[in-house]
Amino acid sequence: MGTEHAGAGDRAGAGDRTGADDREDIESFRARARAWLAANMPLLKGQNNFQLMLEDEMGTRARELQRILFDGGFAGLYFPKEYGGQGLPAEYQAAFNQESAPYEMPVLLNVPTFAILAATLLDFGTEAQKQAHIPKILSGEEMWVQFLSEPSGGSDLAGLVTRATPDGDVFILNGSKIWSSGAFRSDYALCLARTDWHVPKHRGLTCFIVKIHQPGIEVQQIKMVNGVNEFCQEFFDDVAIPAADVLGEVNDGWTVATRLLYHEREAVAGGSPFSSGLSGMHSDHGSGRDELVELARAAGRTRDPVARQLVAESRANDLVGSQLIRRVAQGIASGVFTGPAGSLPRLYAATSNERRQDITLSLAGAGAAVGEEGSLAGQKGVYFLMRQGGSLGGGSNEMQRNIISERLLGMPREYAADRDRPFDEVRHNASPSRPR
Amino acid sequence: MDVDLTDDQELFRETTANFLDRTCPVSTVREWSEKEPAGFPDAWWQQGAALGWTSLLVSEADGGGSVSGHGLLDLTLVAEGMGRRVSPGPLLPTNVVAAALSDYGTAAQRARHLPKILSGEAIATWCLAEVGFSGLPQAVTLEARPDGDGFVLSGRKGAAQAAAESDFFVVAALVGGEPTQFLVDADAPGVTVAPAEALDLTHRFGFVEFDRVVVAPDAVLGSVGGGAGQIERLFELAVTLQCASMVGAIDRILGLTLEYSFDRYSFGRPLASYQALKHRFADLKLWTEASLATAGAAAHAVDGRSEKAYELVSVAKSYIGDHAPAILQDCVQLHGGIGVTWDHDLHLFIRRVVEDRSLFGTPEEHRERIALLMGLEESDGN
Repeated sequence: MGTEHAGAGDRAGAGDRTGADDREDIESFRARARAWLAANMPLLKGQNNFQLMLEDEMGTRARELQRILFDGGFAGLYFPKEYGGQGLPAEYQAAFNQESAPYEMPVLLNVPTFAILAATLLDFGTEAQKQAHIPKILSGEEMWVQFLSEPSGGSDLAGLVTRATPDGDVFILNGSKIWSSGAFRSDYALCLARTDWHVPKHRGLTCFIVKIHQPGIEVQQIKMVNGVNEFCQEFFDDVAIPAADVLGEVNDGWTVATRLLYHEREAVAGGSPFSSGLSGMHSDHGSGRDELVELARAAGRTRDPVARQLVAESRANDLVGSQLIRRVAQGIASGVFTGPAGSLPRLYAATSNERRQDITLSLAGAGAAVGEEGSLAGQKGVYFLMRQGGSLGGGSNEMQRNIISERLLGMPREYAADRDRPFDEVRHNASPSRPR
Repeated sequence: MDVDLTDDQELFRETTANFLDRTCPVSTVREWSEKEPAGFPDAWWQQGAALGWTSLLVSEADGGGSVSGHGLLDLTLVAEGMGRRVSPGPLLPTNVVAAALSDYGTAAQRARHLPKILSGEAIATWCLAEVGFSGLPQAVTLEARPDGDGFVLSGRKGAAQAAAESDFFVVAALVGGEPTQFLVDADAPGVTVAPAEALDLTHRFGFVEFDRVVVAPDAVLGSVGGGAGQIERLFELAVTLQCASMVGAIDRILGLTLEYSFDRYSFGRPLASYQALKHRFADLKLWTEASLATAGAAAHAVDGRSEKAYELVSVAKSYIGDHAPAILQDCVQLHGGIGVTWDHDLHLFIRRVVEDRSLFGTPEEHRERIALLMGLEESDGN
């Protein structure tokens, strides 16, 4: 296994922030946010934002909510002011997240739109590209997605075979991408394609801004084992992309992709300052209540010492995960860690989720296999079917272990047959054609 | 544990590290384990005290003081440094007692005991655990019967570190069922210490027996029946120091094992070049960094007397207590047969980590604390 997903630059994130002198202090910001949220955002009624997100298939509700935040001046707190954000430090976003816990929030837009794609646009976009898209992203008008993985291979990202051939002032795109989340409801994508086949694989890639819904692009939803149709595959058939939509430099797309993957690891681990609101996926933060407690209660096992150990273990694992995110973020900021340390929270989140799914299955008992329709336990068996999802997406656990051992611990790199060889001399898989 | 130490903390950490490296490398730890009845010479402990090892949790008014304004964070630097070197000495019990006196002692109690603790002349320990138990705040059973103005202590406590070397004890007991702590001199009539067998090579433990020990009213620490808050606080301090000690040990041993993987060749390649082993090292690194993160978070919460301290010490202890022994055993496996020989130092670290894991609440007992906090009712077993 190679290390093509590896590494990340450490550019400054989101441009200039408001100077400390003329900035509202955090406690007064918090109080203002609390009052505004109470006056403008709908309260959650029983469900958490993660559950609501699953129901909002087309993102219609998320866009509406985001518009309210945008008009109220509470969208894009960590984004620079010149692109419609608020230019505040990450602590303000964290404070806002805490205050927003009781409210419906458009968490669907966090990953990938805000935390991955918008963050990457900020890093590499031209002034015109940023002005054209970031304000629309923050107002909920544009949803974004990444076109990286291909059916011919996931871990060896730089070995991709989707081609973009220059033709006057456009590039002609042909090929196929896969595992893009919610492409069917999204508006734009960052697409990595091969523009030069005569150089080693990393040096012939270019990143493009691609409008998704246009002639020549077909989006198909993929049904997953849990019945969800969130992931998509796209087919490109002679799509003309204006040269002005190249992000970064032609043939320097790997630099962009590397940074995008850094943002992805941060986002997937839950540590991105570009994200807003809490999904409440595991617990409604603050009260310490946890779905697993409810499950143990439903199974009549709250006094069972085995069940108690499992519930508490999962709680401890969750807290250690947030503590690790903080440690790595501080360490990267202070220079104690390098960018690849972002793989630590990513691997932690994935392995800790595997453990959580095992614990869930154990607590559910017979209910994981059979139960009343719509019962809490009945759903748990279905979650278990997707146990490996978090360990595959965003660079598999094995890729993260390569990064940690090679980039953090300095251990020897894996042999790669394609290293430093022109891509057209390297054996690779073919791109599938569109099914008719 | 912190990735952002102040310059003063960094200097303090280095001073202690250099002192330990110079005076007490692992070869000396082994030598002292056989030659020194206490596991260390008195003069060595007093030199450590002069570096500040016993003053960080004591208020400035009583002659103590911290490096950074956060005495417990400073003290974890010492505990972590000692964990990295399996250093001997009663760092944990003496500091818990020092904090107890500084926080809860009367002026007379502080004046009588603290100067000698600060100078390293006196050693003291905390008798919390009962016989057969790891030491949990709510598990105290030793009876202190009111008798005239004073009290009579009767019973036997579980093994306490440095009991035989201690000049006095802080004893957790019950008065009419209510937790109450007492200061008891080691030479008080009726007090005897029986040596315990300890897995660690240089930490000594003893069972303290109280045979109708009469104590005066001025021996009560704080108020009669008011010991519960004290005991929880001291327990959190003890667990924080254990966690710091464990993360020091695993970070050090992971580093040594990584070096070994580069130096050791098989089939013409260094062990470090095998992907099967690289992935193992990646997991060990992950668990070590996660342990450092949670040990640090617990230390900050306890140092700041945060309401989250109760949960965060148990999160840290349960996570590190599970992972530290597993990490060290995997390091043994990565070393091969040499790792299970007496002459290799790995077993010294496993001994220390097992001590830290097993006393003041096992990982299982700490998870039970978390479960209660999550709103799960008392378990049938309790």
